[in-house]
Amino acid sequence: MKGMLKTQFIWKLLLVVLAYGIIQLLILVNIINDYLQATLTTICINIILAVSLNLITGFTGQFSLGHAGFMSIGAYTCALIILKNPTIPSFLLGTLLGALVAALVGFLVGLPTLRLKGDYLAIATLGMAEIIRIMFINMDTITNGPRGLSGIPRFVNWTWLFVFTVGSVLLIRNFLKSSHGRACIAIREDEIAAETMGINTTKYKVLAFMIGAFCAGIAGALYASYFYFIKPDIFGFLKSVDILVMVVLGGMGSISGSILAAILLAAISTLLQSFSEIRMILYALILIVIMIFRPQGLLGSKEISLAMFNRLGKFFAFEKGAK
Amino acid sequence: MPLLKVQKLTKSFGGLTAVLNVVMELKQGELVGLIGPNGAGKTTVFNLLTGVYVPTSGSIVLDKDGVQKELQGLKPHSICKAGVARTFQNIRLFKDLTVFDNVRIAMHKNVRYGLLSSFLHLPSYHREEKRINETTMELLKIFKLDGKKDEYAKNLPYGEQRHLEIARALATNPSLLLLDEPAAGMNPAETAQLTELIKWIRKKFNLTILLIEHDMSLVMKICERIYVLDYGILIAEGTPDEIRSNKRVIEAYLGEDVGDV
Repeated sequence: MKGMLKTQFIWKLLLVVLAYGIIQLLILVNIINDYLQATLTTICINIILAVSLNLITGFTGQFSLGHAGFMSIGAYTCALIILKNPTIPSFLLGTLLGALVAALVGFLVGLPTLRLKGDYLAIATLGMAEIIRIMFINMDTITNGPRGLSGIPRFVNWTWLFVFTVGSVLLIRNFLKSSHGRACIAIREDEIAAETMGINTTKYKVLAFMIGAFCAGIAGALYASYFYFIKPDIFGFLKSVDILVMVVLGGMGSISGSILAAILLAAISTLLQSFSEIRMILYALILIVIMIFRPQGLLGSKEISLAMFNRLGKFFAFEKGAK
Repeated sequence: MPLLKVQKLTKSFGGLTAVLNVVMELKQGELVGLIGPNGAGKTTVFNLLTGVYVPTSGSIVLDKDGVQKELQGLKPHSICKAGVARTFQNIRLFKDLTVFDNVRIAMHKNVRYGLLSSFLHLPSYHREEKRINETTMELLKIFKLDGKKDEYAKNLPYGEQRHLEIARALATNPSLLLLDEPAAGMNPAETAQLTELIKWIRKKFNLTILLIEHDMSLVMKICERIYVLDYGILIAEGTPDEIRSNKRVIEAYLGEDVGDV
């Protein structure tokens, strides 16, 4: 049993390194050009955002519509720091600080609002994100108001993207596989039962909110340092909805589902570039069709795992044998 | 000092007093029944004892190994940590989780690794998870649920769901166990089996048990003492034989004697 776990771990590690290596190679030989690199960056940022929102909404069951607010805090914090001091260490410091500030705001906002449920919590988090956006518009001297910050130095390359994306996803996955993570899942299932079984539900709701905000802060920092330019409007209500769409589409309570949805939506969006006029209509249509045929999301609450491929392999081997 | 001492416990919802001046004492190791007609306030007493409701007045004191702790006003999770576990009248399992996870989650209060270890899966994480998994399997074996550990709780037959709820409550390692109608919806054979099981777990886990039950065959058979509640007031207390012949209890259940009209 232990040996099997170890080989599985080695396989996973190999796959991850391979994924990194192949894409790095494709970038070097310029098959992934500048345009595709921007798409790649969007995918990675969206993966972080979707997985972290899934922790809050899909696993802990707290419906949040304010994820873009946390993202903007990370983006502005990091941008302001690297505009003052454009070096790699300050980029890393900015990312960390952005994530921490976002988590702190998550704590301050979460404590009073997380006693609300369902629709009421959604409206409260939506209000929170709007307050953050309007604060950035009005703090003219620091954030340059609605014109936003431009000329942000670019430090984000594929290596940093990869490190932060894999890091965030692993952090959340490990958390969910621990007793603390299971406490969060229990809250989604039945809050009163969870509380009676010795789980401090307030603490774990706020904790999930903070971890989600932390990762969203990282995503925001990566965004700022790749796309040169941020302004408050980028992080509006629509961005929060975009992230929520990915979570619901991939499946509430499935990390791999969120990753799949982030990749799929970016791919669809890119492929539809050639139909520029009806692009958004097609995009919306595809969403509607998927939701009609997979109301529980692409993966439901299941995860893609190596064991799954093993079973698939055995299934096909069996089919062949039967012939 | 008894394990649980309840004094003048009262709960009012606006103008309605659901429970009034209830006095109770449970000694270490006792198995006590709480009975009464529908709407007498039995479940409300359970909700007060476990912190789901905050009492309007009165006190609840738990004595665990000589350390006394006042439970009134505490949050349910703190009361669970103090050593009180319960099941629910209308089963409240984590329906979309496996049988294994249902029990494993209830062991959370005794977990000995921190957040850092859960993020990074440090050695303390692996050691504790191993201990949790082993203890969970032991509990599932006692309730003969080990063969169904990977099934969703919602897919279990009704009787097994009730068993799983008791297993989950035991996973919190309580000293006082509150069972809210454990035999509801069971046939006589299942009830007889449950009766034996309750007796057995009391010995094995060194528990004090308070149970609400409508099935008199179960109550009269295993309870050493019985409290009777009617309209939120305790009307009788005594051994099963005393309760059976108590005039006020019979009145509460069957109505008053009209006399010779």
